[in-house]
Amino acid sequence: MASFTTTATIIDSGPPDYATRLRRARLGLLVALTPVLMLFVSFSSAYVVRQGLPTLDPRTNQLVRDWIPVTLPKLLLINTGVLILSSVFMELARRQIKGLATLSSATTAPGVSAGEQSRIPWLSMTLVLGLAFLLGQWTAWRQLAANGFYVATTPSSSFVYLLTGTHAIHLMGGILALLVAGIASLLRRSVATRSIVVDVTAWYWHFMAGLWIYILCLLEFAS
Amino acid sequence: MATHEFAAQESHAHTAPQGFIRKWVFSLDHKVIGLQYYFLALVAVFVGMFLSLLMRIHLVAPTATLPLLGDIKPETYLTLVTMHGTIMVFFVLTTAPQGGFGNYFLPIQIGAPDMAFPVLNMLSFWTTFLGFIVMIAAFFVAGGAPLHGWTGYAPLSAIQSTGPGEGLGADLWIISIAIFCIGALMGALNFITTTLDMRAKGMTMMRMPLTVWAWFVTAILGLLAFGVLLSAGILLLMDRNLGTSFFVPLVTINGQLTGHKGGSPLLWQHLFWFFGHPEVYIAILPAMGMCSQLLSVFSRKPIFGYKAMVYAILAIGFLGFMVWGHHMFMSGMSPYTAFAFSIMTMGIGVPSAIKTFNWLGTLMRGRIRFTSPMLFAIGFVSLFVSGGISGPFLAQPVLDIQLHDTYFVPAHFHLIMGVASIFGIFAATYYWFPKMFGRMMNESMARWHFWFSFIGTYAIFMPMHYLGMAGMPRRYSQLTEVTYLQGLIPLQKFITYAAFVTIAGQLIFLVNLFWSMFMGQKASDNPWEATTLEWTTATPPPHDNFGGHTPTVHNGPYEYSVPGAPRDYVMQSDPEIEPAH
Repeated sequence: MASFTTTATIIDSGPPDYATRLRRARLGLLVALTPVLMLFVSFSSAYVVRQGLPTLDPRTNQLVRDWIPVTLPKLLLINTGVLILSSVFMELARRQIKGLATLSSATTAPGVSAGEQSRIPWLSMTLVLGLAFLLGQWTAWRQLAANGFYVATTPSSSFVYLLTGTHAIHLMGGILALLVAGIASLLRRSVATRSIVVDVTAWYWHFMAGLWIYILCLLEFAS
Repeated sequence: MATHEFAAQESHAHTAPQGFIRKWVFSLDHKVIGLQYYFLALVAVFVGMFLSLLMRIHLVAPTATLPLLGDIKPETYLTLVTMHGTIMVFFVLTTAPQGGFGNYFLPIQIGAPDMAFPVLNMLSFWTTFLGFIVMIAAFFVAGGAPLHGWTGYAPLSAIQSTGPGEGLGADLWIISIAIFCIGALMGALNFITTTLDMRAKGMTMMRMPLTVWAWFVTAILGLLAFGVLLSAGILLLMDRNLGTSFFVPLVTINGQLTGHKGGSPLLWQHLFWFFGHPEVYIAILPAMGMCSQLLSVFSRKPIFGYKAMVYAILAIGFLGFMVWGHHMFMSGMSPYTAFAFSIMTMGIGVPSAIKTFNWLGTLMRGRIRFTSPMLFAIGFVSLFVSGGISGPFLAQPVLDIQLHDTYFVPAHFHLIMGVASIFGIFAATYYWFPKMFGRMMNESMARWHFWFSFIGTYAIFMPMHYLGMAGMPRRYSQLTEVTYLQGLIPLQKFITYAAFVTIAGQLIFLVNLFWSMFMGQKASDNPWEATTLEWTTATPPPHDNFGGHTPTVHNGPYEYSVPGAPRDYVMQSDPEIEPAH
């Protein structure tokens, strides 16, 4: 027979602390990246399948391959460097504001001051490099078009536009998040809130950089 | 993964809204958002049912002229098939059990004040709503809605000139589904984060109600599946509008080459069914969870084999991603591949059987209370078994090739995925209505509704199995003139009459729902004497769910008929049960 103790307790609610909010935001990001990953896994799968498919040539009535590899513009390598550099800046921005958030909580104690902090605008520099990357991608598209490779020219060019375009749209999401972080700063939101926004954006940005390197390798080496 | 050490102890992330717009339209409250999803699904289900009635009329009287609607042409029939399937699968079966009840009750059942990301939650609903509007808009553009079926097989769906409705209507269809995917992904993100990170103290994973487990696993399935459907939709839009050839091979239409070449229609099928089969479980898993809950509550017994039920949910979710190929046995796949898909498909029968026997085990020797939610929960088990039993038939390639394009397949999936899930929604509605609206639903009307629905469902879908076995092909609009099918026309007529009666029975539900909201008997906080956390709070729950407190959990979710307890149930937040010494 079971017996009953009176250990029931009720906890009064309180606002979530910084660590809880940060943990939750990071978990949310991790979950959110899963469908992004699935999207690109799906495109990659289609890329591999489509590459191996023959098509019927109506003139000769023979099965032929219509996969004509696209020579990627060299500019994409420069763009890659820009994106990697932006990722480094983003990481510096993340560490900078994390330090501020830590100090901010410490200086609430009497007799503790923040001291001199780094004033380098890493976040703005990341934003500029992110926009430069997008501009570079657009220029690469124009170079492809100038060489006669439009979106429907060959299956391989379709995938080049598809993968680079989809990646660019996702990176725009990162740029939007950077702008949100900037607006939060202008609105004088708490350092903790800004730190969380920047932290999550930073991890997203790094993911985008890694994803771009994967896409570039897929287009260059699996063609 | 967060554990109970990280118990949620925070207040509601936002204050109680004031004003109609903030409170009821652009609300951040998961309960209001749950109701919004529920009523969206309610509108959608009546649209879907209306389309199915038109289909049934056309099947038995293809030349009839309908008042206001005129003639139903063959291509219009295909449009009805397409839109009925799409609306029901996406905006009813995916929306109500997960978006509706999941949103409303998952946070309360784990002791959280809200979802992890309330703004995202609001956006997920309005995105879904936008998707529904875009889908309905397809009826009203030049050419009308598409006719390529809810599966959107290429190349029919990938070329604008393949038929009426394949122009702008088909574009809107794809865009609507893409929008829906984005909304569903935002919802899934919230469900997973909330479940992992916001459980109350003491709410370990193995103390979560099976409803929460079902919503959680369903969210994971959605997270993995909707991204793939989105990718397929993007490729399809490019084929249709940018001239690419992902899915379109070299084809001619009316003797003219289309300009596409080299694409693979099978690639579409692979991508679609990689989403499509998990979608079956996205529709049915929440219903399984809800009915598990109800069978225990109204049998006054702990659920039989709680851990086995949890592992079965996980196994079904996992295997759901391994079997998409069984939808493609007709595509000419290698017999070895077909064999692998066949074996894995039949493997799903194992966790499904575990669940079924555990449901029966829960009922066995229970002190059963035949309330209306319980009737629908038992009805769910019946439909799940009846619909599931034809699954192993279709899992065998040699049989599937015979049956695939016949009425046997609609009979199978309507029973197991469609109506079984709908019964889960009804069961949950009757069960949680008192908590949501503070009043009881009318029990007499609920019972009439049950018998109309239960008998009607079997009257519609059991004969379809026989139609299929007799060779009646599906998807065709006009078969009344076909000689070898003449003997089956009386059965088709019977199904149509049954559909009319069954749908009329749903009006009882509609009347009961709205009448009870305002005129129903006042409900107490725990009218069913249930144990989970939603029944510990006020009715309807306050804005922050628990009135400024966070409950602490001491017991499992199904502690009924506990020896020595002062009453026949022990709530999750009650003092801890200790084993006798």
